[in-house]
Amino acid sequence: MEPFTTLTSRTVVMPAANIDTDQIIPARFLTTTTRQGLGAQLFTDWRYDAAGAARPEFVLNRPESAGCQVLVAGRNFGCGSSREHAPWALLDHGFRAVISTELADIFRGNALKNGLLPVIVDEATSGWLMGNPGAQVRLDVAAGTLTLSTGIHVSFPLEAFARHCLLRGVDELGHLLDRRAAIDAFEQRS
Amino acid sequence: MPTPARTLFDKVWAAHEVTPETEAAPAVLYIDLHLIHEVTSPQAFSVLRERGLPVRRPERTLGTMDHSTPTQTNQVFGGAPIAVDSAARQVEALARNCAEFGVELLALRHAQRGIVHVIGPELGMSQPGKTIVCGDSHTSTHGAMGALAFGIGTTEVGHVLATQCLLQRKPKSLALNVEGRLGAAVTAKDLILGIIGQIGVAGGTGHVIEYRGSAIRALQMDERLTVCNMSIEAGARAGMIAPDETTYQYLAGRPRAPRGAAWDAAVARWRTLPTDAGARFDREVSIDAGAIEPMITYGTNPGMVIPISASIPRRPGDAAFARALSYMGLNAGEPIKDQKVNVVFLGSCTNARLSDLRAAADVLRGKRIARGITMLVVPGSQEVKRQAESEGLDQVFLDAGAQWRESGCSMCLGMNGDLVGRGEYCVSTSNRNFEGRQGAGARTLLASPVTAAACALTGRVTDPRDLL
Ligand code: SF4
Repeated sequence: MEPFTTLTSRTVVMPAANIDTDQIIPARFLTTTTRQGLGAQLFTDWRYDAAGAARPEFVLNRPESAGCQVLVAGRNFGCGSSREHAPWALLDHGFRAVISTELADIFRGNALKNGLLPVIVDEATSGWLMGNPGAQVRLDVAAGTLTLSTGIHVSFPLEAFARHCLLRGVDELGHLLDRRAAIDAFEQRS
Repeated sequence: MPTPARTLFDKVWAAHEVTPETEAAPAVLYIDLHLIHEVTSPQAFSVLRERGLPVRRPERTLGTMDHSTPTQTNQVFGGAPIAVDSAARQVEALARNCAEFGVELLALRHAQRGIVHVIGPELGMSQPGKTIVCGDSHTSTHGAMGALAFGIGTTEVGHVLATQCLLQRKPKSLALNVEGRLGAAVTAKDLILGIIGQIGVAGGTGHVIEYRGSAIRALQMDERLTVCNMSIEAGARAGMIAPDETTYQYLAGRPRAPRGAAWDAAVARWRTLPTDAGARFDREVSIDAGAIEPMITYGTNPGMVIPISASIPRRPGDAAFARALSYMGLNAGEPIKDQKVNVVFLGSCTNARLSDLRAAADVLRGKRIARGITMLVVPGSQEVKRQAESEGLDQVFLDAGAQWRESGCSMCLGMNGDLVGRGEYCVSTSNRNFEGRQGAGARTLLASPVTAAACALTGRVTDPRDLL
């Protein structure tokens, strides 16, 4: 995993609440056995019509969305299935952070494990972001802050261990493997 | 000093802490049982291979094939190839991975194969007090046995394979107290849909739910599994029900449950698990079981649910609501009853156990489904299929005009080619009505097996109480 320290990007806004992982990446694309290439199918049923043509009105198909690395989404983004294909598809498309007032638990965990930054903000901040699509924002992992283009800083919760993993680009498996002795001892006593 | 009163969840959690959580790092939680399937495991095995790691405790992992597998008998047992190529490749990958890493696999033709959340309890592997995980959000199902069971992502599947552990922060606890009695034709499915309608699709986020109260105690094991199954649809990390005599009777004699002295010791241990009197939950919610009616969804998430006799609510100014109704082709303020139906799906880890098939067969016996309706009956496991056939339920379904299939997830998520057509309405006993879940453009109405069978008979959304 690449270390994640700061990110400055314009936003893409998808205001709908409860965007579930079946929308992010439909089940029919889960028959892959690798992690790569899923970006092409991200939000596929919203992006393309039945004939496979891009829907010009969908936000990701608009020219101003190109290159944006921050997705601002409605409440409870990522609910539904535990498929890690959802953060894989978002990352493969080029997103590196998702901002919402609430993110589904499993999605949030999966995102962190892949270096996709989950950012929880209050209603007011979310409202501002929704009202200013395409605004430039800055995310600072060490400080745990989101800076809006107005200069306002908003802090977001990020627990110490997740912050450590993001900043160093280390993954949890290494941390668990380092605890082999404790796991051995647990298996002995139980 | 007396030990402080603890919840069922507290007890199971504490018994599996390899190292407790601190400010700096999450707890290392030991996992007793790991279930894997073909869709969320390939990339996890790849990580083991890349890092040269073995599976730490292969005997604690069990593989099955369910999500992308065919349900047509000739593709499962005959000479016909699996119709979906990429699914065939996934099934082969799982077989290869299990063989290489020494993990037991209930392969495509195995007599005990089935949907991962149906076979765990059925084989007696899902037991009170265990930690159970699977790369699948409906792992919450197994909590009905008194286990702490939750869905994980593929990276975590790799963690469990390599270390038998997960890094976890302890979630909060939510007591759902359900008192009273369910009415006629009101099932466990209606209860959980009613609960989700009440607390919302994010109502349980960050929490482990314990379902409690007289209405829960009165449920049979299959029904408890249905309730816990949909905990994730309320956003909860897991759902649990304290073990009791119903649990022990269900487990006794199952193929992989303990036997003899080991059984007695296990039951003695399990009896210490229920929440102590006076234990505190982070939140409590009360539900009146007597007020629950047969429920059906009308929108594109399981929280968009109403009693089947009610009208679709109006939410002027709510754009997401309007969008969901337009996807569904339904109108605010209109009754859901008599809405035309094209497909009925009786299946999934929510409602494809033997009691579900019996309940639907009771409605269909000696009758024919409406002209133009396609009805698919997909048992939750090969064992459920065999038992249903020994009772003649397959014949009831076939005589009614329904299709009788091999077990699997099938039309619940449409990975295997069992799909609902664009714009068609499917009354489904599964758990998710998301846009496109059952096929691009498909419109899903979630309901109980009894309601689904009633709808199949009339070809329209039908209150099962009207057929009593
Ligand atoms: S039946 Fe549906 S919900 Fe259950 S495991 Fe299969 S796909 Fe998931």
